[in-house]
Amino acid sequence: MAPIIEFKDFSFKYRAQTEPTLRNINLAIMPGEKVLIVGPSGSGKSTLAHCINGLVPFSYTGESTGTLQIAQKDPATLGIFGLSKIVGTVLQDTDGQFIGLTVAEDIAFALENNLVPQEEMFKKVDEAAEMVDVKKLLGNAPGELSGGQKQRVSMAGVMVDDVDILLFDEPLANLDPATGKRAIDMIDQIQKKKQKTILIIEHRLEDALYRDVDRIVVIGEGRIVADTTPDELLSTDILNQQGIREPLYITALKHAGCVISPKDSPQHIETMNLQGYTAAVKNWFEKAPEKPKEKETTSVLKVEDLYFSYTEGKPILQHIHFDIKKGEMVSIVGKNGAGKSTLSNLICGFYKPSRGKILLDGEDMAPLSIKERGEKIGLVMQSPNQMISKPMIYDEVALGLVVRGVPEEEIKERVYKTLKTCGLYPFRNWPVSALSFGQKKRVSIASILVMDPQVLILDEPTAGQDYRHYTEIMEFLKEINENYGITIIMITHDMHLMLEYTDRAIVIADGHLIADDTPAKVLTNEEIADKAYLKKTSLYDLAVNCQIGQPSEFVERFIAFERENRMQKEEQEDV
Amino acid sequence: MSKILAYEEKDTWIHQLSGVSKLIFFLLWCFTSMITYDTRILAFMVLFSLIIFKISKTKWKQVGAVFKMIMLFLTLNVIAIFVFSPDQGTHIYGTRTVLFHIAGNYDVTKEQLFYEFNVIIKYFTVIPAVFMFLVTTNPSEFAASMNKVGISYNVGYAISIALRYIPDVQGEFTKIKHAQEARGIEMSGKASLFSRIKNTSSIIFPLIFSSMDRIDVVSNAMELRGYGKHKKRTWYMEKKLRRNDYLTIAFTIVFMIAALIITFADGSRFYNPFV
Repeated sequence: MAPIIEFKDFSFKYRAQTEPTLRNINLAIMPGEKVLIVGPSGSGKSTLAHCINGLVPFSYTGESTGTLQIAQKDPATLGIFGLSKIVGTVLQDTDGQFIGLTVAEDIAFALENNLVPQEEMFKKVDEAAEMVDVKKLLGNAPGELSGGQKQRVSMAGVMVDDVDILLFDEPLANLDPATGKRAIDMIDQIQKKKQKTILIIEHRLEDALYRDVDRIVVIGEGRIVADTTPDELLSTDILNQQGIREPLYITALKHAGCVISPKDSPQHIETMNLQGYTAAVKNWFEKAPEKPKEKETTSVLKVEDLYFSYTEGKPILQHIHFDIKKGEMVSIVGKNGAGKSTLSNLICGFYKPSRGKILLDGEDMAPLSIKERGEKIGLVMQSPNQMISKPMIYDEVALGLVVRGVPEEEIKERVYKTLKTCGLYPFRNWPVSALSFGQKKRVSIASILVMDPQVLILDEPTAGQDYRHYTEIMEFLKEINENYGITIIMITHDMHLMLEYTDRAIVIADGHLIADDTPAKVLTNEEIADKAYLKKTSLYDLAVNCQIGQPSEFVERFIAFERENRMQKEEQEDV
Repeated sequence: MSKILAYEEKDTWIHQLSGVSKLIFFLLWCFTSMITYDTRILAFMVLFSLIIFKISKTKWKQVGAVFKMIMLFLTLNVIAIFVFSPDQGTHIYGTRTVLFHIAGNYDVTKEQLFYEFNVIIKYFTVIPAVFMFLVTTNPSEFAASMNKVGISYNVGYAISIALRYIPDVQGEFTKIKHAQEARGIEMSGKASLFSRIKNTSSIIFPLIFSSMDRIDVVSNAMELRGYGKHKKRTWYMEKKLRRNDYLTIAFTIVFMIAALIITFADGSRFYNPFV
């Protein structure tokens, strides 16, 4: 059988760049294979995907050497439209790629462009909708759908064309963990039922491996670093070297001093043969230090019996109550649309609660205006592009002080101080546009920090970031939390973030508070995880399968150990 | 949430008509109304518009706010005509019957009043037609209908895409506005009008930048699914023409021809009661 995708000595350089993005790629993918492509941001994995679906070179031009064949044809002769009959791409932005006014129209989009008669379209759209379980939603507008549903519509939209290859570009980026799991399951079913070739590009390796894949291709700095089975790959140290996060249970096994062998099938913790490892893991658990006790501090933000609804009788939030202590790092988690953002809108004063109180330092905030609250509670949006409105970094950071009429000398002093805190001082006279995404994120945080807030609320601070950038942003937040005593609240659906960086998780499901506990306890409680669309951590399965009686304690100790490790590493780097 | 001028599904024969026939009716009806100044025909058109408006079961709250706006412009228009051209009626009808004198060379004449009356009822022939077209046509059908009457599908699709993403951009706008307000940029009535206008830029720029990111995704998504591949495309939401559609189109064409014949029978587009 001939490969359906074949790269031979393939290199590609974007027109605007001096260095090639892809170098000497040799890769053959057989029809019906399911391949996971992983790599950090900027490794070239997206470019590789663009070469397959035709966006390179037809939308993004550049020079290539070597050969690429798709279905034994040269992409250049097929053109982007010819390729679209062979390769169906599902992009990561679930909103942006939803083109139709309703579900049915969006699924039919490719058919309409191919001049398929209406009668036939009805039939095909029905079939595709059935396949991904959105048939009841055909008449719905995108605004009425959840992120997961929109993604399934996009899948139907490419499958309707009967393409041979399905290409998923970071399918998990915008989904809550349980929905992500379902998406991976759906992709698996499609492959099994329809014998399609599946390519998944993703850096969340553990989540993507929820269902079997045949191969994992690791890309680093434009080259293929590894091309092997999951079992083989997980037994090496390649992922760590490339800055891709390993599944947590693999990290834990390594901490316990185990050498992982491919024959124990480490691809899934549920089915992994742990016989040779149990003793070591148990031993590690017993020796690992307990999590240090948190010292009690005073309350900074207290929510009492909070209710909110847009229309009478349809409550969005009910009976929410929690007490956040000074200097804590807390995550607010729950499925998309559970009321997390509404809660932050209430805290910031954009909406008024229907009942209940929000207290800051013991004082009711009800009489404070949005602006007054903004001096005490800073809100950082998900994307820095949603906040930055000045062309120069200095002006952007100074904005909050300028509109408050702070004297110029003081502004200068405070802005410089904040820029130093955020590691942006060398760039103070730069335009914002010259910065990387991560640096822009820092600018948007700096523009809030400059106002000296007591509490910082961040909406999905690490969305769409790879492991390296994720760590960079989170370590920065940890630093300002520790050094300046700023309380940090993060709205997130990233399980790793909540586990590794927060002391407490407030879990909201369908408008109710269903848990307020340590992340380790939340993520080892099946009932809570299910209700809030979270995912039980694989560390829990590891602990249970190694016959450790206190799985959540195991998770606590693992996290404490990881933090310790990270701190030591930093100190070494500082020296 | 109030949905002004938004499509609402109802079970009337007007709703069931294909968007194509409604679009043809709407265009030819407006064209006729623009051409003719024949008061008899305009009067008939007003009456007819009101009847079908009633049949379409359109509720006042769907159109009330926009109607008030149009009334405001109508009033301005009528006043402006008088201010800038007080003798337009005389110019058209050839006679000058002064009712009373105002000031300078401003006289109120019967001819002027009659002319402006015609302008007013022209508005009223078109308003119900516009409203009805908008509230009875499924927006999903707009693009298909426009394409069917010969307009390039790119134009129709541009409108579709706009309708699709307007709610998203609105949501984004609210989010950005909130975040900027928290930073202390006052957008409420507390700030002066000038500073509010100035402050708008702190919302508009982030809005533009985040929309730019989106445009890239949208155009890639469209291209990857073959948009623009052929000179034509088919439409999932297109409604087949049925008996009522043919009747509507036939009526519209017959009516337009008849109206134009009656209007131009005396060689002028104006009906002149003064001779």
